[in-house]
Amino acid sequence: MKLKKNLALSDSGFVFDPSTGDSFSTNPIGLEIIRMLKEGKNANDIKNHVTKTYMTDDASFEKDYYDFVNMLTKHNLVEGGEKEKN
Amino acid sequence: MVKKKKINIAVTGLNAIDSPGPGVPVIRALRDSKLFDVRIIGLSYESLEPGIYMHDIVDKTYQIPLPSAGKATLMERLKYINSIEKLDVIIPNFDAELFNFIKLADTLKKELKINVFLPTLEQFEERHKSNLPEFGKKHKIKIPHSKLIFNIKEIPSLRNEFTYPVVVKGKFYDASIAYSPEQVATYFNKISAKWGLPVIIQEFLHGQEVNVTAIGDGKGNTIGAVPMRKQYITDKGKAWSGISIDDKNLMNMTRKLIKSTKWRGGMELEIIKTSEGDYYLIEINPRFPAWVYLAVGCGQNHPEALVRLALGQKVEPFKKYDIGKLFVRYSWDMIVELDEFEKISTLGEL
Amino acid sequence: MSAKKLQYERPVIQKLNVGLMNKFGTRTEYTPLTHIDGNSVKDLLGKFGSPLFVISERTLRRTFREANRSFKTRYPKVQFAWSYKTNYMNAVCNAFHQEGSWAEVVSGFEYQKALNNGVPGNKIIFNGPDKTEAELKVAIANNSMIHIDHLDELYLIKEIAVESNKKPRVAIRVNMDTGVYPMWDRFGFNYENGQAWDAINKIMLNDKMELVGLHSHIGTFMLTPSAYGMAASKLSHLALEIKKKYKKNIQYIDMGGGFASKNTLKGSYLQGIDASPTFDQFAESICTAILNAGFTETDLPLLILETGRALIDESGYLLGTVVSNKRLSDGRRATILDFGVNILFTSFWYDHKISPAQEFSQYTEDAVLYGPLCMNIDVIRENITLPPLKRDDHVVVHSVGAYNMTQWMQFIALRPAIVMIDMEGNSHIIRKRETLDSIEKDEIVPKYLKDFKL
Repeated sequence: MKLKKNLALSDSGFVFDPSTGDSFSTNPIGLEIIRMLKEGKNANDIKNHVTKTYMTDDASFEKDYYDFVNMLTKHNLVEGGEKEKN
Repeated sequence: MVKKKKINIAVTGLNAIDSPGPGVPVIRALRDSKLFDVRIIGLSYESLEPGIYMHDIVDKTYQIPLPSAGKATLMERLKYINSIEKLDVIIPNFDAELFNFIKLADTLKKELKINVFLPTLEQFEERHKSNLPEFGKKHKIKIPHSKLIFNIKEIPSLRNEFTYPVVVKGKFYDASIAYSPEQVATYFNKISAKWGLPVIIQEFLHGQEVNVTAIGDGKGNTIGAVPMRKQYITDKGKAWSGISIDDKNLMNMTRKLIKSTKWRGGMELEIIKTSEGDYYLIEINPRFPAWVYLAVGCGQNHPEALVRLALGQKVEPFKKYDIGKLFVRYSWDMIVELDEFEKISTLGEL
Repeated sequence: MSAKKLQYERPVIQKLNVGLMNKFGTRTEYTPLTHIDGNSVKDLLGKFGSPLFVISERTLRRTFREANRSFKTRYPKVQFAWSYKTNYMNAVCNAFHQEGSWAEVVSGFEYQKALNNGVPGNKIIFNGPDKTEAELKVAIANNSMIHIDHLDELYLIKEIAVESNKKPRVAIRVNMDTGVYPMWDRFGFNYENGQAWDAINKIMLNDKMELVGLHSHIGTFMLTPSAYGMAASKLSHLALEIKKKYKKNIQYIDMGGGFASKNTLKGSYLQGIDASPTFDQFAESICTAILNAGFTETDLPLLILETGRALIDESGYLLGTVVSNKRLSDGRRATILDFGVNILFTSFWYDHKISPAQEFSQYTEDAVLYGPLCMNIDVIRENITLPPLKRDDHVVVHSVGAYNMTQWMQFIALRPAIVMIDMEGNSHIIRKRETLDSIEKDEIVPKYLKDFKL
């Protein structure tokens, strides 16, 4: 999955999509994930990073991750809207 | 030259949009003050209230919780804001938020040393639209004949009390003119679905609508009052332009009402003057109207007087106002940087 | 590994909707409630299972004393009667009886409960439209106060009185216009059209019954204290008319119940805690009306109050656990809890305040809260802002003490335990969690239906 390249992020968790004019608010872990996605990291990279840094396990995070990614897609923040291939 | 007293005042109602809140005009009035050097703290509910971005009007804005979140939540937020801004006075400008501010008035004074100057809860409640007939009786003010109805079955018997057309009104908002029982039924259904019961049926009066912005000192004295006739009305029924008028009867009625109710704080009266020359009270808004700056233009700075009353100062009533002054409202497109919108949206402060 | 891991929170992203209201300062709604009277929510659920009703005896007694004080400082003779239907857990009833409350019951079943709890018969008020002949006989034998709802009942009591040679102590229930909508005119006798006066005459002109009181109960979840003032004036007027015509003093005026609690009604713009009148306001309205009605000091009737909801609602909590989170087709977050409308009946008309029972960051999500039932109506909150809850997190529903523990249904799931936390902070189980046996013990399967082959 690819995020739109031109998404503007700020440390406060403010996300701005210049192509639509929509703006969003995300929590710190959400911001971290969006930044990693922008850097081109895949689901596995992100999962490894989060489970290493935070008190959570693979199964719980995976569920939350896919829900989050679905929300990104729903909010039209994904390039072409295509699904990520693992 | 007398040195102006520095003072921090928080103001709500920064929605200077096409159906505007009174915040921005109230602030303009305060900035015109000869007595106070004001720092204005805006209190906003939405991220796009224009006042937030008017930096020559508002020094700093904080988002506050919706009135529906309750007074405890509001108090928490005000404590936080006060810890930074050291507020002297708060001027709330929305009907919907007044209930919470009235209930908090004592606590604000005691705990945070913040002054407000608001109607009492009793004054606030008794002037509600559905209580207006009682209010009229109590204070001997003419009110258009009205009846509260709870059921569609009550409509046929309305003809015993009213001649058509009648005005069908919601408890909080909405009003339509009905020319037949069938139309009343249609509006009854529409309005009750939106605003609940009861629905108010009111006598339709032919005449001229006039408005008064006024301020009472809570002891029965009228500190100031300026009457205005709307000259141009928007499709939302808001005055786009109005002119100050000379009407002794209207002024007497205002003074009488403020004396009888011992009204405390700012208010707007909506009145119909019939072709027979009778004055009927249609509505009392328990705060300044959005056109309050006209009063300043006519020589009566009502918001400044309100601040002085809030601070416990003795205020002499205004003796005169300029007649024949107009206000003409205009809209203005500001250019706003995205980071400002970001700050108010994510941090709740700007 | 040495590095300490950070607290995890589910990632969330929300669109900043233009025109939609802000979240700043709304923290009181989701301020975590981790302890109730010194007991941790987590421990309570661990010990007694989830979900769990908890009653704070401290809040119960404090609320009662506040109400009692409001009335007693304004009126010389005040008596509360605990409304059994609001919450008839015996432990709850007895706590109110210890505080001095009589019992107010509306069925033979509740009447027996009050007797079993040890309430003397002459301190039980028997209300309601359906009292059977057998029940009335018991109540008359016990010298209870019987509040007559309709003429058929009046004649039945008269018959029993003749047979039993006892003089029943009766009152009539009066309904009236107090300016509130809807007007409750289905119970008792109407004031405005003369029914009430007619019923009074029927009792007074017949020496088989003694008219001891007048009763009204003008509505439920009342937000206008002035309506009670109007009702108290009308009852006082009747009492004074009785004095004038029959030279008899009415012993008591019973104002019923209906005071609103601090819950927020659905569709209400203001929070219940801000909008609901205080006991002082109700007391002021009622007491002033009776004191000004024209009674001489010695003739002042006893004032009875049957307040239920406002006395017990805030003492009750429902603790529960998150079963799952899901995303609805429109993108809204849905959280499924392990309790539903089957045990939280009041969620049909309140927007209950619900708090998480553990700490969170300031990020929130808008969510729908569902119960666990396989039924579409099982919605606890249609719209609520909460921190991102995950499976096994706990939540606390506030102000559930009234009506839930009596109107709950054994439907689909078994009913949970109820725990009372006493004045010292100790927890006592006052009703055990139901088992399959508690439901099936009264079932009988005919012999021919015992066996089957699949």
